[in-house]
Amino acid sequence: MGLLAFIAQEIDPNNPFASWVNPDATGLTGAQFRGLIISGIAQGAMYGLIALGYSMVYGILGFINFAHGEVFMVGAMTGMIASNKLADAGLWETNFIGSLLIVMLLSVLVCSLTAVVMEKVAYRPLRNTPRLIPLITSIGVSFFLQNASIVLLGPSAKSYPEMPDWLKDQYTFLGISGARLLVIFAAAASMAVLWYYVENTKNGKAMRAVAEDAEIAALMGINVNRTIVKVFALGGAMAGMAGILWGVLFRSVIHSMGFLPGIKAFSAAVVGGIGHLGGAMTGGLSIGMAESVGPLMILEPLGVNGVSQLRDAVAFAMLIVMLLLRPSGIFDERLPAEDRT
Amino acid sequence: MTTTNPLLEMRNVHAHYGAVHALADVNLQINEGELVCLLGGNASGKSTTLKTLLGMLKPTSGEVLLDGEVVNDKPISYRVSKGVTMVPENRRLFKRLTVRENLDLGAYLRSDSTQINNDMEQVFELFPRVKERLSQKSGSLSGGEQQMVALGRALMSRPRVLLMDEPSMGLAPALVQQNFELIQQIHEAGTTVFMVEQNANMALSIADRGWVLQTGRVVLDDTAQNLLNHPNLQASYLGTADKQ
Repeated sequence: MGLLAFIAQEIDPNNPFASWVNPDATGLTGAQFRGLIISGIAQGAMYGLIALGYSMVYGILGFINFAHGEVFMVGAMTGMIASNKLADAGLWETNFIGSLLIVMLLSVLVCSLTAVVMEKVAYRPLRNTPRLIPLITSIGVSFFLQNASIVLLGPSAKSYPEMPDWLKDQYTFLGISGARLLVIFAAAASMAVLWYYVENTKNGKAMRAVAEDAEIAALMGINVNRTIVKVFALGGAMAGMAGILWGVLFRSVIHSMGFLPGIKAFSAAVVGGIGHLGGAMTGGLSIGMAESVGPLMILEPLGVNGVSQLRDAVAFAMLIVMLLLRPSGIFDERLPAEDRT
Repeated sequence: MTTTNPLLEMRNVHAHYGAVHALADVNLQINEGELVCLLGGNASGKSTTLKTLLGMLKPTSGEVLLDGEVVNDKPISYRVSKGVTMVPENRRLFKRLTVRENLDLGAYLRSDSTQINNDMEQVFELFPRVKERLSQKSGSLSGGEQQMVALGRALMSRPRVLLMDEPSMGLAPALVQQNFELIQQIHEAGTTVFMVEQNANMALSIADRGWVLQTGRVVLDDTAQNLLNHPNLQASYLGTADKQ
């Protein structure tokens, strides 16, 4: 209804249908609308990157690693420290692209390592326990990482150094803000690399084999433990990338920043169909888009007040609707139950 | 037959699942070039024997030998790289992966890409249907085709000995016949085959020798011909529950 009202309003601001639903609503301009779409994609791309880690770990071990959002936080923090060090050395201003690449590499490495250590210490000893046990453990790991960050860096919000001019909001390319363009481009590139790795390399094949049937994968000579470690490392790397992009876009980082994006990325993984890479990316974009566009496009024309504060509600409402309508997600990973013989 | 040691051997092997004594003093020798079978009813220890040979289960005592080398403590991947390959019960393909990816995974431990391609061509020669289905998800194949892919996947590791777990399990009667013909074909092409089966008549009709396992013990050990004519064969492992 709201969407219809919005469309009607776009066609004609004085459309009687639109003004009947919400007499006070003002129409969005084309540029505003485009801005919402772009920020939805950028936001969604970051959710998608984080969602990949949830989805891959779920695919191979069958449990939700709730500490994954904190790996994202570790990535953002590593990036904050590294970029400030580079800014102190003067490199951040003189050679921004080079510095950013160094920061990304560092953060990806630190996050991979964090994820791998997490697997070794917290999850591997619990490999053969019921799935609820590692799930609860992951909540513990999550608290541990948050508190470790408080101990090491203090509880206050930190800031990334000043970004170069072209990454500031008022600078746009074809009407798209530079920072969002960078986020979308970097996220797309990371996803493409991951996709290629999982679909086309020997290690990727081994990962998919272990995810489907670890026992038989072992019969092929695949080292199952090593494959699981690689999955954690890859998921961590993607979260690290997301952390950097988050820092570049919003500049402010804090120890608790991993929670909400983590939960939303988890929702994205579920919406897309958990265990499915394409699903994690699609789910991320859907959630990002829903929370960016939804409040202004659907809620405001319905006459709801203060819509911009409702983005989280929209994102989670989407999760609930999805779970009600299609619990297995957009991409259904389940196999046909019966074996044809 | 060129080596003096049996290809695969179990010496006085005992194995336990917790407190359950699954294998008791099992002795087996599989020589190069043979087609041998292990018969037994449910819970007689057949699958345990396979798991022990492959290293999925460690024997509590006794020795598993591969080419005369004790491999009790070696991982599965070591034995696979030395030519021991299992075709699991019910095929167990990676159903979400394509047929080609399944075959590639069979050659996971190999890096000689030209040889791998040659072997893949040989698999296609043996099973032309597999080539037609190469880019399909293996879960979408019919049961008979899946069986071919399962055998093909095993052959891609260049096995010296193929361990077959219940090749007739879960297949329609016509496919069982086809499957045994394929096994014979593979054997004639020079691969040693060790087959674990409930379907005694079928297995013995193509095997050279056989063992009958009952509650973890070898109760009969003879040539296939003698076993087929053995008056107690049915009773000794199927008891009264004759499934034939």
